[in-house]
Amino acid sequence: MSEVTYLEGIRQALFEEMERDVNVFCLGEDIGAYGGAFKVTDGLQERFGASRVIDTPISEVAIVGAAAGAAHMGMRPVAEMQFMDFVSNAYDMLTNYVATARYRIGLGCPMVVRGPSGGYVRGGPFHSQNPEAAFFHTPGLKIVSPATASDAKGLMKAAIRDDDCVLFFEHKYLYRRIKEVMPAGDHIVPIGKARTAREGTDVSIITYSATLWKALEAAEIMQAEDGVSVEVIDLRTLLPLDDEAIVATVRKTNRVLIVHEDTRTGGIAGEITARISETCFEWLDAPVLRVTAADVPLPYSPPLEDYVLPQTLDIVRALRRIVAY
Amino acid sequence: MALTREQKLELYYYMRLTRSLEERLVNLYRQTKVIGGLFRSLGQEADAVGAAYALDKSKGDLLSPLIRNLGAMLVRGAEPTEVIKQYMAKGDSPTKGKELNIHFGGVERGFIGQISHLGDMVPVMAGVTLASKMRGEDRVGLVFVGDGATSTGAFHEGINFAAVQRCPLVVVVENNGYAYSTPVSKQTAAKSFSDKAIGYGIPGEQADGNDVLAVYDVTKRAVDRARRGEGVTLIELITYRRKGHAEHDNQSYVPPGEIERWAAENDPIDRFEKVLRGEKVKAAELRAIDERIKAEIDIATDIADASPMPDPLEALRGVYAGQPSVAPLWFREDVSSAVEKHERASGWGTYDV
Ligand SMILES: Cc1ncc(C[n+]2csc(CCOP(=O)(O)OP(=O)(O)O)c2C)c(N)n1
Ligand SMILES: [Mg+2]
Repeated sequence: MSEVTYLEGIRQALFEEMERDVNVFCLGEDIGAYGGAFKVTDGLQERFGASRVIDTPISEVAIVGAAAGAAHMGMRPVAEMQFMDFVSNAYDMLTNYVATARYRIGLGCPMVVRGPSGGYVRGGPFHSQNPEAAFFHTPGLKIVSPATASDAKGLMKAAIRDDDCVLFFEHKYLYRRIKEVMPAGDHIVPIGKARTAREGTDVSIITYSATLWKALEAAEIMQAEDGVSVEVIDLRTLLPLDDEAIVATVRKTNRVLIVHEDTRTGGIAGEITARISETCFEWLDAPVLRVTAADVPLPYSPPLEDYVLPQTLDIVRALRRIVAY
Repeated sequence: MALTREQKLELYYYMRLTRSLEERLVNLYRQTKVIGGLFRSLGQEADAVGAAYALDKSKGDLLSPLIRNLGAMLVRGAEPTEVIKQYMAKGDSPTKGKELNIHFGGVERGFIGQISHLGDMVPVMAGVTLASKMRGEDRVGLVFVGDGATSTGAFHEGINFAAVQRCPLVVVVENNGYAYSTPVSKQTAAKSFSDKAIGYGIPGEQADGNDVLAVYDVTKRAVDRARRGEGVTLIELITYRRKGHAEHDNQSYVPPGEIERWAAENDPIDRFEKVLRGEKVKAAELRAIDERIKAEIDIATDIADASPMPDPLEALRGVYAGQPSVAPLWFREDVSSAVEKHERASGWGTYDV
């Protein structure tokens, strides 16, 4: 079996789901013949035609709103944001209409809004954002953020089959940098379930998306240099959070570091910290710490971007402080 | 009101400067000295230069350029050195490395840097010109958008608000045939972008965007109307994007021959050179301008190349007024950097052909 990149994993999921269900269709800017800015949808229009792979005007409100309407009618739209930075334009549609439609009037929105997010690519303030926290605060939405190629595929298939709206944050840094042999068959990864990416006994890192790879790197360094055994939990789904997995790792290692690429204030790490404090306080041997981006817009120049975003050595530093507590 | 010979040579200078500067940036991009994407305006120089030239510096007129309006910024005084430094992410670039490419500017400079979110500068420029109106100032604003950006909610809301308020604003739609890979036929069902003016209750005009004098004339009329208190004008300039959306784009979606035809028959600089020659400007005079430009760009490149990258702590400065810097996070106290080497990421992960 040949290895498949993160990006190809997502593409495979789209192909397989469009094959399986004629109601699945894609819409977005430049996704048709061009195959999308990152080529995620490459070949889809050729295979399924322009009526199921729709090039839209530059209108994020219309893309998301029309997806919701089509979803009401039994379709399964997959809407692409060319960069997730532009989902902010559809914030009203997602948080006011899509997130509340089922609760208010019993109309579901089985749809996926997907696109590239994240930094480490010198993309500057508008091609690097991690806008998950803005939606994390909205009941009615689901949020998925895979870190591996097989999760990207399996979660995309689950998201398309989900009866509610799933925001699917792909990480552009991972698109072509990681590869994996795909599990055979109809590979589905359930939404709402975290994964233990590395077993450990002394301290836990809870993370998701690209920083998973930095966490794993830091875990290696801690093992090699300090003889400390680090457990790494990859959340995979952010909304709903997998409380069971979080509690289990806290009870196992009693020391927790939360790492995310998004900025600190109002970030998801804050909510996780609060949940741990509420449910596992007596299990903790050290305060829960966070390694996140600094609270600034993400700058472009390499020394600035590298300074703002979490790096492996930051994680090592934080782990050492927790272990020494 | 006709332009003088000197002014026409100035138009030529700015168009040529735009093209040559972008060509230099392509060289730097190939040497991996440019960080991030590179955006060209090849074949569209007349739009940016001609429209910006119709504004009046002495009245404090302000414009907001798009990614293909480097020429407009040069007309308003942006320096090649600054532009190269921006593209190289240097610490002494206008944005100190915080923002990329031509996303820079300021009120006092006569141009306000855009953000990436298309259409957003239309409401912003509505506000800029609303302020002029409220204070009884003479200032006129001009905002560029692409054909694609007209599909955003921000474009609609901004132009409508400005129209209702009769703000002194000129909205220039640069119709270059494509938005990334999407042709105009998939962007709008309207016959022309200038027709959209009817729906806003404002004048709409269309002009040949590759004829710099026509661009100047149509924009000047709109600027004069705005200054007389007659409100917003929507201008559509017809042009053609001869390069890809950015340097990585192989333009696979363009019908064969289309680019070559525009290059051969409708290049704005070639066309203007013919006009100038017809008005007895000698070829040698134009070549002397070209040489001067080359020398300017050589000097600018050397200066930009020798400039330092930013101090990492610059990242924390400038978020709020009256607060020079936000505090570093605890794990960065007494460390200025958590990486030893600042590598150039290979683009945005976009498809490189
Ligand atoms: C709101 C928003 N959606 C998507 C994008 C991504 N994007 C950047 S440029 C572009 C095409 C722009 O086309 P047009 O407005 O015609 O300008 P041109 O590039 O042709 O000058 C797209 C889709 C964006 N910048 N902003
Ligand atoms: Mg265009």
